[in-house]
Amino acid sequence: MTTNTPWWKQPKWLITVLITLLLVTGQMQFGILRTLWVLPAAVGTAVVTEFALSWLVRGRGGSVQSAYISGTSTVILIKSPELWPYAVCAMIAVASKYALTYRGRHLWNPTNFSISALLLVTSVPILSIQMGNSPWIVALVWAVGLLIVTRAGVLHVTLTYLLAFSGFAVLRAGLTGVPIATELAPLTGAMYQFFAFFMITDPPTTVASRRGRIGVVIVIAAVECGIRLLADHPELRPLLAAPPIFALAIVGPIAKWAELRRAAPRTAGPAPVAGTSGA
Amino acid sequence: MSSPRPTTPVPAPRGGFGRGLALLMVFGGLGLGTWLDRAPATGAPGAGGDGPAIRLEERAAAAGLAFDHAISGLHPLVDHIRDRILAVGAGVSVVDVDRDGWLDLYVTNTAFGAPNALFVNRGDGTFVDRAADLGLADLNREGSGLCMGSIWGDYDGDGDEDAFVYRYGRTSLFRHEADGTFTEVTRAAGVERWINSNAACWIDYDRDGWLDLLVTAYFREEHDLWNLTTSNVMHDSAEFSANGGRNVLFRNRGDGTFEDATAAALPDTKRWTMAANAADLDGDGWIDLYLANDYGPEEVWINTELDDGARGFRLGDVGLGHDSKSGMCVAFGNLSNDGRLAIFVSNISSANWLFHGNSLRVNRLREIGQVLDGRGGRAVTDTGWSWGAAFGDLDNDGWQDLWVTNGFVSADPDRDYWYRMSQLSGGTGGLLADAANWPPFDGASQSGFERSRVLHSSAGRGFVEVGEQAGALSTHDGRAVVLVDRENRGVLDAVVANQRGPLEYFRNASPGAADRAWIQFDLVGRAPNTSAIGARVELDFAGGTQVQVVEGSSGFSAQAARRLHFGLGEQGEPVGATVYWPDGSTQRLTGLDIRVRHRIEQTGRAASSQ
Repeated sequence: MTTNTPWWKQPKWLITVLITLLLVTGQMQFGILRTLWVLPAAVGTAVVTEFALSWLVRGRGGSVQSAYISGTSTVILIKSPELWPYAVCAMIAVASKYALTYRGRHLWNPTNFSISALLLVTSVPILSIQMGNSPWIVALVWAVGLLIVTRAGVLHVTLTYLLAFSGFAVLRAGLTGVPIATELAPLTGAMYQFFAFFMITDPPTTVASRRGRIGVVIVIAAVECGIRLLADHPELRPLLAAPPIFALAIVGPIAKWAELRRAAPRTAGPAPVAGTSGA
Repeated sequence: MSSPRPTTPVPAPRGGFGRGLALLMVFGGLGLGTWLDRAPATGAPGAGGDGPAIRLEERAAAAGLAFDHAISGLHPLVDHIRDRILAVGAGVSVVDVDRDGWLDLYVTNTAFGAPNALFVNRGDGTFVDRAADLGLADLNREGSGLCMGSIWGDYDGDGDEDAFVYRYGRTSLFRHEADGTFTEVTRAAGVERWINSNAACWIDYDRDGWLDLLVTAYFREEHDLWNLTTSNVMHDSAEFSANGGRNVLFRNRGDGTFEDATAAALPDTKRWTMAANAADLDGDGWIDLYLANDYGPEEVWINTELDDGARGFRLGDVGLGHDSKSGMCVAFGNLSNDGRLAIFVSNISSANWLFHGNSLRVNRLREIGQVLDGRGGRAVTDTGWSWGAAFGDLDNDGWQDLWVTNGFVSADPDRDYWYRMSQLSGGTGGLLADAANWPPFDGASQSGFERSRVLHSSAGRGFVEVGEQAGALSTHDGRAVVLVDRENRGVLDAVVANQRGPLEYFRNASPGAADRAWIQFDLVGRAPNTSAIGARVELDFAGGTQVQVVEGSSGFSAQAARRLHFGLGEQGEPVGATVYWPDGSTQRLTGLDIRVRHRIEQTGRAASSQ
């Protein structure tokens, strides 16, 4: 992707368009936003936080687009009757890019980190039924999502995750006796595709090599399977409420940290600064 | 995927400060979230502030209210999720079956062979079960389905109240005979149907004086849950489901029979209706309906004139369409003593899994054609997996309080079904609708062991949860709740029907409640609607205007007393009231003595008793 690539072909813009499409469609069709005030609460907080921290850390203005993606991801993934979870989640997401870094790179997908953390310490809900259960929405997300990841060159990440999840689902069904359709059901939900197309493919927080990405994604799916097999432990409620979110939160930063550590002696100049990813 | 950005050297102190601030935002944000997420404050007995405390004493056993609710199994295709499907059926309704002025209770069971109970109030603090004597006990028979609740009203205009029992199964109408017994007249009356129903409502929708009958539907009517040919019986969406049963409207012909007016008079919706309540919501003098739907939005059905001049209902566009949740009950009450009805619809909330949140709404249909969200705060919106609810002034301070039952399935506390349900809830509809895809409950709990919430009104400025301190301590899976003056002392007690648990009776011992002002009305409508169902009373007192309706159904699987109780606080002077009778006529009453139960007849004569 060169600097001469038109903006509308750049993956980040494709992500922005898709995430906006999800939000608008969800609101118009299903009224996923209890109130429109969640948008300024989340996106506004993300933008303010991004600009403040970018100026302080890097000496220049932040990425509105990145903040927008963080804020909008928050709005889509959380469903709360109050405004504070949206604002707090967005603030933590953006701040984590600047706070939780190693060699100038942030280790966690921002929204992934913030949602995982909030689930652990609060009762904020994330049950994925916001977008209804229509197969047409699923098909829409699949179509546009595949377009995005193909253009971004990370289709292999999404497909690997889907295949790995399916394989582990078969394993779980065999171990637990739960119908295979039930174990596979989360994949058919629009919110799960949000995870598979955006969160897990977020370039700044994935490893660089193709083989490495495939390996990490398989490990993520394996950890998710492990979490799901602990279904009879209600004390693990936050993890069980969002198994893929926590699996990514556990595996992703470790893989990224290991890659950065392994690559460190070969780095000739200063490491790139944090703060360029959103979702 | 990211665009490379040129790096700019950053002065170390500012960069360090920035990173420090970022760390503060991360961990401070988590701390802030924890603090903001704390449970709402609860009240304490004797605390200063907004009014007296509420005190409750559970006395079911002493009162002779021995009743244990049970469920039966289902067809093997769905029996593995029996705990979910038959998580309903514990209903309680108030009736003065012997017209002796002492309020009685009818309680439904949900197991084959398990009898329903008609607890007749002896007037001495105890009850006696006379259901078997009167023909209302043995209603859970193989082939007829299982009882879910009952509603009472004078459908034949002979001056006594008849009973309609709704089931997951066959409907049953019982005519109250002169000797006090009940005769089943379902088939003869033309109301025999197989309807998998969680609610029914008496309603004179065409104002001809005869009580008509709305029976709502949950599972589709073609499904006999004990003789299934398919496992595809469940809802097809967790929030937007429209593959439920068809609600049915029976129009009373006035000759002891009913005709099916569904096609002509009802909107063609197939929601999974949990509850229905009726009142004139738009102020045009005609009774409307408010429905709570599971897996979908609440609905207001506006009573309207159809093209052929007959009456019917249309689905109102009143601001509810996009708020799709899991409505369980419809309770009418007063929030601000401003003469407007408040509407409470219970819902589901469970930490990290789901927050549908209860709906506390204010009826503004008359003014702006909308039902608006009220401001109840988290104490009102977050009461767990909530079911029945009832407004009532428990301490007679002039402000209605709110009792909310809760708890879904209390079984093995170490195993939680929420995860299993979450697997399917996010999936496409076809997966959810097939019960074969639902993992077996297998003794797990789900949102179990929750304590009912007793919400004390802080003089109309909000609610404070006082249940634990007041003595409502049980963690049974509560369903129906009614607030009833059981002892005729001017104080409301509470009766809670628990799913797969005991009937509970909470005697109200709130300090000062018996001393504060109150007033009650027994309305007697002009025949044939002698029950006066649908009548609305607007009572003016020093604290404003309270509104109550004689309800044809209440809350969830319940029906409140036809007797209306108003708490009046420190009122010292007589009060005035306006009765809006179901036939459209109005009656203004003045100089009504307080601390008195007034019998108001539509003929204009009034009598009072203490």
